Amino acid sequence: MQDLGISILFKGVNFQRLLLGLWVTLRIALITIGISTALGLLFGLLMMSRSRAARGFCRVWLEIVRFMPQLVLLYLVYFGFARLFGWNLEGETSAILVFSFWGTAEMGDLFRGALTSIPRHQRESAAALGLTKAQINRYILLPQTARRLLPQAINLSTRIIKTTALVKMINVTEVLKVGQQIIGQFYREPSVAFWVYATVFLMYFLICWPISLLAGRLETRWSAG
Amino acid sequence: MKRIVSIAALVLALTLILSATALADGFRTLDEIKESGKITIGLFHDKKPFGYVDENGEFQGYDVYLARRLAEDLGVELEIVAVDAPNRIEFLQSFKVDVILANFTYTAERAEQVDFALPYMKVALGVVSPDGALITDVEQLKGKKLIVSKGTTAETFFEQNYPEVQLVKYDSYTDAYLGLLDGRGDALSTDNTEVLAWAIENPGFTVGIESLGSLDTINPAVSKGNETLLSWINEELVKLGEENFFHADYEATLRETYGENADADALVVEGGVV
Repeated sequence: MQDLGISILFKGVNFQRLLLGLWVTLRIALITIGISTALGLLFGLLMMSRSRAARGFCRVWLEIVRFMPQLVLLYLVYFGFARLFGWNLEGETSAILVFSFWGTAEMGDLFRGALTSIPRHQRESAAALGLTKAQINRYILLPQTARRLLPQAINLSTRIIKTTALVKMINVTEVLKVGQQIIGQFYREPSVAFWVYATVFLMYFLICWPISLLAGRLETRWSAG
Repeated sequence: MKRIVSIAALVLALTLILSATALADGFRTLDEIKESGKITIGLFHDKKPFGYVDENGEFQGYDVYLARRLAEDLGVELEIVAVDAPNRIEFLQSFKVDVILANFTYTAERAEQVDFALPYMKVALGVVSPDGALITDVEQLKGKKLIVSKGTTAETFFEQNYPEVQLVKYDSYTDAYLGLLDGRGDALSTDNTEVLAWAIENPGFTVGIESLGSLDTINPAVSKGNETLLSWINEELVKLGEENFFHADYEATLRETYGENADADALVVEGGVV
């Protein structure tokens, strides 16, 4: 019975399909992380802007992504946009849009936190030593901000990878959806569900674990230095 | 000045939204589908034997068989969209699919949101009992113990129509079946598709009554108001009935699940006539 569950994983092209699904998961996550990092830095700067309107705008954006469940946002973009505006977006495009909308705000907030956590006296001391504004940014602020930001940014990335599991609800065949299809094929064998979910778990784990390990290592190394 | 700019921006944004709304004219008519050369049909991807993906990554099942035929007769390519039970209506309402063929049961409530075509399958109650004391007629159940799951159509049906049947109620399907195996009742009743499949896996038990009670039908559904597509599907279903298409569909996709002895007519609807 147990052996049967494993063998089904390798029946036909089932395992290739799981890997293909995993690639879809990764593709969505990687593009999202890329966009979120780039836009997140701008978002972070905007959050510290002197303009009250800009700060308010960021505040509203951040609150929306924090309060709205990702699934609701996905439905809103995938189904809602088609219904309201006639924008018939692909599932994957909708997913990247929604996750980037979320990732940008979160990344921006992390960036803002990292930058403002650097004591003010460092900037003032550097200025007193005669460093130019560009030099202060280049040698004092940026390196320290990067150190503080990186572990948290990596943490956010693993969260994004895990959250992509939701996209199966908007017709994107990622790894979890393939898993369900395999279970559906052999619904009379209860052991299949266990093996399929265990495999999917392992796949997520093998991706997120090294990333998380890296974050932990960077954190200890940099806090010691 | 600043205020004027922001008001202007607001007005512009509103106009954009409104004009975009006007653009969302919705569903694709029959001609538009033919012109595009492609029909999108929403199917289950994990519900064997109705709509599932096999180990080669191909869609298979009773609903899929029909979907392929519809596309073929329309002379267009079939694009399958894998849907799940909770979002079937949503796919039609947002015009992401032209047709839903995901084993969609007709209900009055759903009919307010989507348009149903003629039925191609029916589901009624079935009664399964041990071979040694097989129950083939509902009259035989009087004074006997019948196992049902709470909250199912079987429970309400017997309470209303056959109060003299003694019901043994369980909270879940699994417990109900275990109850029958343990001999806590003389028979068990639930959807016939369920009991038929169960009886195949449990030798010593047979579905003596294959179809009982008011029928639920499974129908193709299109977006509300898509009359050209709806009437084409209805004509097509009648035409397919003439060649006994759904019996062939049953043999190809359901026979394996329901076994050699099951009667296809307990499930199949030909030509849209129940």
